[in-house]
Amino acid sequence: MAFLEQLGLFAVTPGMVVMWVIGLTLIYLAISREYEPLLLLPIGFGVLLANLPLTGLMTPGEGLLWRFYHYGVEWEIIPPLIFLGLGAHTDFGPLLSQPRLIFLGAAAQGGVYITFFAAHAFGFTLQEAATIGIIGGADGPTTIFLAAQLAPHLLGACAVAAYSYMALVPIIQPPIMRLLTTEQERAIRMKKARKVAPREKLVFPIAAALAIILLVPASAPLIAMFMLGNLFRESKVVDRLTDTAQNALMNMATIFLGISVGATMSAENFLRADVIFIFALGLAAFAVSTACGLLLAKAMNLFTSDKINPLVGAAGVSAVPMAARVVHKVGAEADKKNYLLMFAMGPNLAGVIGTVIAAGIFLTMLQ
Amino acid sequence: MEEEVLAPLAGKVLSVAVEVGTTVEEDDEVLVLEAMKMETVVYAPCDGEVVAVAVQVGDQVEEDDPLATIA
Repeated sequence: MAFLEQLGLFAVTPGMVVMWVIGLTLIYLAISREYEPLLLLPIGFGVLLANLPLTGLMTPGEGLLWRFYHYGVEWEIIPPLIFLGLGAHTDFGPLLSQPRLIFLGAAAQGGVYITFFAAHAFGFTLQEAATIGIIGGADGPTTIFLAAQLAPHLLGACAVAAYSYMALVPIIQPPIMRLLTTEQERAIRMKKARKVAPREKLVFPIAAALAIILLVPASAPLIAMFMLGNLFRESKVVDRLTDTAQNALMNMATIFLGISVGATMSAENFLRADVIFIFALGLAAFAVSTACGLLLAKAMNLFTSDKINPLVGAAGVSAVPMAARVVHKVGAEADKKNYLLMFAMGPNLAGVIGTVIAAGIFLTMLQ
Repeated sequence: MEEEVLAPLAGKVLSVAVEVGTTVEEDDEVLVLEAMKMETVVYAPCDGEVVAVAVQVGDQVEEDDPLATIA
């Protein structure tokens, strides 16, 4: 009998089986639909592992996956490493050539704050509400970073929501974009952006790091690494470091991030009525953010003769570069010779920074 | 009158639909660029005959680089 009790088979609960289905669904979506496969594949497998009984994988102080999660995510190491890689990948040229479009990236954080208040009104604590609101930025690492500090029990659900909505940008955003703009507005061709000098790109990561960290010190871990990665890239003298940050290190960080996030999704953490709310509120946050960006672009057009195509406002959410691609495609439907991609990258990059700042503000207020 | 087809954005040339001597109408496809893992079709700015093609498949182009000339 004692031997039978050691068999995992007899300790399986119905909740675990439900989580297996969720894990397998994520693996399926990653492989056959290619929805964010680099993340959903390890997350899906992590979910499976976390819901096998008697393994001790998530036992605090002992389990393998617990160690990955504790030292990687709780210690705030992995999300900043991902940001180092993102910085090394990012060309800030489109943002620097049209600085006024930065405002659109800020406006698109509107959904984050509105959802924060909405979630609190629904009965979530302030810390939980902030974590749910940040999903509206559609930025995985930032969501995980904030959740680990404020509401670790929601981390798995919020991370999966953020990554799912990132993958679903081409489905969620276009209807909102068409609803809030006219055919003529979508066909607006924007004036050519000015050329950005290499020196501006070199100075930007240093200046931006100083300015943002002085204003919102709590955003420092993510902003510091983001700008360091970008400085590697723009300095042009440390190609080896740029390459490692972009590829090898980023891939390693991604593996441990994915499996750690999946491992937090145990049946008792995930199978709660709250989680449905989180997905619904996260979706609302993302939709409202899209709308805020569009509407601010329209408002800016009232005061300027150099018209902005309001679609680029929708790229103020930080799903880079999916949101910019969607803007480009919806714009091309109205006028096939309208090339909005590079104009949309400006607010898109500003959106990443804006979401990190929003997370920093939440941390400052709520931790 | 000659008109140049300029690259609307930086990217890699994926395919070229015209060659020297091809007659094109305005809005016909001239070539396809790939930027940020997305295909972007470049269309002819005017009617005419292609008198020069400046790029090949696989070339990396910058914004405003001349791609072809239509006369």
